[in-house]
Amino acid sequence: MLREITVSSISEAVRDLCIEANTRLPQEHLAALSRALEAEESELGREVIERLLENAEVARERCIAFCQDTGYAVFFVELGSEVMISGGEIGAAIDEGVRRGYEEGYLRKSIVRSPIDRSNTGDNTPAIVYYEPVKGDGLKLTMLVKGAGCDNMSALKMLTPAEGLRAMKRFVVETIERAGPNASPPLTVGVGMGGPFEKAAVLAKKALTRPSGEPNPDPDLAVLERELVDEINATGIGPAGYGGTQTALAVHIESFPTHIAAFPVAVNLDCHSHRTASAEL
Amino acid sequence: MSPAPIRLEAPLSKEEIDPLRTGDVVRLNGVIYIARDAAHARMKESIDAGHPLPLDPEGNIVYYSGPAPARPGRALGPAGPTTASRMDPYAPLLIERGLRGMIGKGVRSETVIESMREHGCVYFGAVEGTAALLADCVREAEVIAYDDLGAEAVRRLFVEEFPVVVVNDLYGGDLYREGRERWRR
Repeated sequence: MLREITVSSISEAVRDLCIEANTRLPQEHLAALSRALEAEESELGREVIERLLENAEVARERCIAFCQDTGYAVFFVELGSEVMISGGEIGAAIDEGVRRGYEEGYLRKSIVRSPIDRSNTGDNTPAIVYYEPVKGDGLKLTMLVKGAGCDNMSALKMLTPAEGLRAMKRFVVETIERAGPNASPPLTVGVGMGGPFEKAAVLAKKALTRPSGEPNPDPDLAVLERELVDEINATGIGPAGYGGTQTALAVHIESFPTHIAAFPVAVNLDCHSHRTASAEL
Repeated sequence: MSPAPIRLEAPLSKEEIDPLRTGDVVRLNGVIYIARDAAHARMKESIDAGHPLPLDPEGNIVYYSGPAPARPGRALGPAGPTTASRMDPYAPLLIERGLRGMIGKGVRSETVIESMREHGCVYFGAVEGTAALLADCVREAEVIAYDDLGAEAVRRLFVEEFPVVVVNDLYGGDLYREGRERWRR
């Protein structure tokens, strides 16, 4: 027995997610910022974090975007095998929701037609959508609002198996060193490793949708995440890059099987306006 | 506690920015202009073609930002700083013409920093991700050129107590470099 989900309910959910993600920082992320405020040793760094928390409160109260770069609208969709979408096609329904959310939520439209033809599409579409088939009769939409400033400082490297874990850690820290203030720290760092080239990049992005600071269920990866946070914080870049002890709020690693000849690593940076929200239909 | 912020009224004279030092906390008042990527590309075309610019750089401050739409009753929608390095290829053209300040986030190129020192221009950092608070400092906003660019149009703003920090002063100071060196473990 298939469960019917209408395209209009999908569009409605997407519209709401666009507005929620852009105007309300997730509780886990606010908690991570508050912990960073406690831990930060630089006075200027603490002032920056205080301003970020104050900004988040004002944005939530007035239902306005807390960052003007309301980004790419990225969705990870878990589509149950017992779901039947009715009334149209899911991709078009997500785009329609983005169109409405960005217009009705007073959000900036930041998408241009191509890297060469830089005319604005006018409604922040197309959404960037990754589908994952799952068992059951549910449909889960997880949105990540991805600003360009930090996405621009992200990187991917095809390491060799001989270079191994050490090179992987060095590459993550080097990427953050190179980004410096440009990626708007304190950061959430998404690391994807394994698969072929493109799989690592998508995993790095997906890693950013994990609730702030929730460790990887694999204990070895969880240890690696903590070690990387410490190494990143030792760079001294600090909040807004003005210098300080809190450069990364969290590192989230996602791993996938890979080739006998390969060790791909992708690092996707997210600024302190870390925007995720999800809905289940 | 950090020292009391320095209040400045824009446009600015060279003498007014001389005393500023890297790390100084400043509150800007008066007129500033918003322009980012596409507007800078067009201004360069105007300069190359010998046409007048939509804003006179002399004494003025450019804020690298692309605001979100304003809700009714607000002068400007949320408007935080964008990454300044994307404007590096264009910045010296305005600095040579008397631009006194730039507001953005992120590191500037050596070429831009050298041009700033030569002609007298400072680079201020605003805290990115505080778009709602920064927009609250904007009393008036008006699109003065390139309306078709939407969020990237050139806007003249009247601001009160707009909070910034001096990143690059006229004496080689660099808050990003110095801050990182101080806190590196």
